[in-house]
Amino acid sequence: MQTSTDRNVRGTSGAQKPRSAAAWSLIGLVYVLGALVLAMPLVLIIATGFRNGLAAWLASNLEPDTLHAIWLTVLTAIVVVPINIVFGVCAAWLVTRFRFPGRRLLMTFIDIPFSISPIVAGVVYLFLYGAQGLFGPLLESFGIKIMFTVWAIFLVSLFVTSPFVARELIPLMEQQGSEDEEAALSLGANGWQIFWNVTLPNIKWALLYGALLCTARVIGEFGAVSVVSGAIRSKTMTLPLQIELLFNDFNVAGAFAAASTLTLLAVVTIVAKGLLENKKGG
Amino acid sequence: MKKLLSGLALAAALSSPVLAQPTDILNVSYDISRELFEAVNAKFVPSYAADAGVTVTVNQSHAGSSKQAGLIKEGLEGDVVTFNQVIDIDTLAKAEYVAADWKAKFANNASPFYSLPAFLVREGNPKAINGWADLAKDGVQIIFPNPKTSGNGRYTYLAARAWATEEYASDEAKIEEYLKKVFANVPVFETGGRAATTTFVENGIGDVLITFEAEVLGTLKIAGEDKFDAVSPAVSLLAEFPVAVVDKVVDARGSRAIAEAYLNYLYSPEGQDIAGAFFHRVHEEAAVAKYAGQFPEVRLVTVEDVFGGWDKVQPEHFAEGGLLDKVFLNQ
Repeated sequence: MQTSTDRNVRGTSGAQKPRSAAAWSLIGLVYVLGALVLAMPLVLIIATGFRNGLAAWLASNLEPDTLHAIWLTVLTAIVVVPINIVFGVCAAWLVTRFRFPGRRLLMTFIDIPFSISPIVAGVVYLFLYGAQGLFGPLLESFGIKIMFTVWAIFLVSLFVTSPFVARELIPLMEQQGSEDEEAALSLGANGWQIFWNVTLPNIKWALLYGALLCTARVIGEFGAVSVVSGAIRSKTMTLPLQIELLFNDFNVAGAFAAASTLTLLAVVTIVAKGLLENKKGG
Repeated sequence: MKKLLSGLALAAALSSPVLAQPTDILNVSYDISRELFEAVNAKFVPSYAADAGVTVTVNQSHAGSSKQAGLIKEGLEGDVVTFNQVIDIDTLAKAEYVAADWKAKFANNASPFYSLPAFLVREGNPKAINGWADLAKDGVQIIFPNPKTSGNGRYTYLAARAWATEEYASDEAKIEEYLKKVFANVPVFETGGRAATTTFVENGIGDVLITFEAEVLGTLKIAGEDKFDAVSPAVSLLAEFPVAVVDKVVDARGSRAIAEAYLNYLYSPEGQDIAGAFFHRVHEEAAVAKYAGQFPEVRLVTVEDVFGGWDKVQPEHFAEGGLLDKVFLNQ
């Protein structure tokens, strides 16, 4: 694929020169694979979810347990995404606008949740905040419960999705440099004014894009949440956990209805992301 | 940090009913008891409301029994545990979550109903699996949950070993050889009983599922008798489903009255009737008579008779490097 693109780029000044048969068949292969691997399952989930009609789909989603799972999933996104936006902006600002010892190390740290398997993240939080964990006994003496409550779900979701906004902003802010801000500073703007009027307008699309990626990931997170949830029905079940539960309860129709809801939530996010990409690109 | 902590404390105080008498309890249970306790809860709530004048909520959490015991020790606030194995409650007793004499607090060793490992095979039993001996045959694929995380899986291991102990006249080398073959025939070990059922029924993997008789008969009813057959081995192991009030939790929350009423309800005629309807073998006379027809005759041996009790089973078989690890080579 790489070579065929390279050849096209080298061999043409415009874009519309007829491609070779090999190039066409490769493009066709990508479309076929894309349809089989990406589009088919998506269509299947939604089609199966609605197989018994809209009324049945609605009834499945309005089951108290499932409805609560949808609410908890949305609530988790509402709590986690804003915090990660603030964290991402602060982190990106820090590592791109200042030079200090350990800056590279900090950038690596920000990436850690990307490279750690979510299930490991869940287990680590259990070791930290479980009743037998590092901070568990201390928290218990204050009467604070974190594990197996929604707080644990918020915490692990925060951890897993913390790099998304920062990772979007850092390359952009690095590339933009700090000239604009320095100019504003020389004109007498204070810190907030610089941030609101100079920095934010420059990064807003990347910021939104990162926030949407973060949202999509929070909504879909399974592994880390499953470790710290305790699986209490109607209390600590997020939608991905609820789908597994319904499936294991032999409630296949309910599982697919819930899965199609989760998929639709994701599709909305992805479509919004696509629209943003157009904006961002030009 | 201090501000954060006090903020969290405030949030915790607002979200947990420390001051008011709680009207909800959490039943932390094993994996395949989901439908049973949904049905029990639906009947218990009005019954308790009639007796005590309070409408309560019973929340449910289900997973492999040993995993659940572990989560309680990590702080999962179960008011009652309804497990499928004595040792999973014993570990809670050791950690001082439940009373040391928990077995004496309710009738029948605190086990309101019981079951036994039995087989579910594909329609017509194409691999002719009729007893424990057939599990070691070449080319037989067996599904049962991981004995490390699931009480259900441990009963299967113990039942197979109990059969082999009789069959091979306690010749440990032959017993281990048999068990190694059985474990080698398992393509995938799920963490809980229900996931094992799903693997067998929905994913179509395996020739035989070994799980509690209650799950075998319940699955047969849901998934269709035209697709599967139930097979009862001639001899199996008594599987008790012990229950206990989690003292540490109910004393902290003030929920003891509801928790005890809930477990007592399992022994009541209505509770026993529901358990029987979900294919558990029961003790209460009317329910025993009502459901006698659905249970085939099986000679049941006990952990006490064959293995000298759970106190011995835990260190000898299930501790790290124990007898289970000797035969469970594909874990």
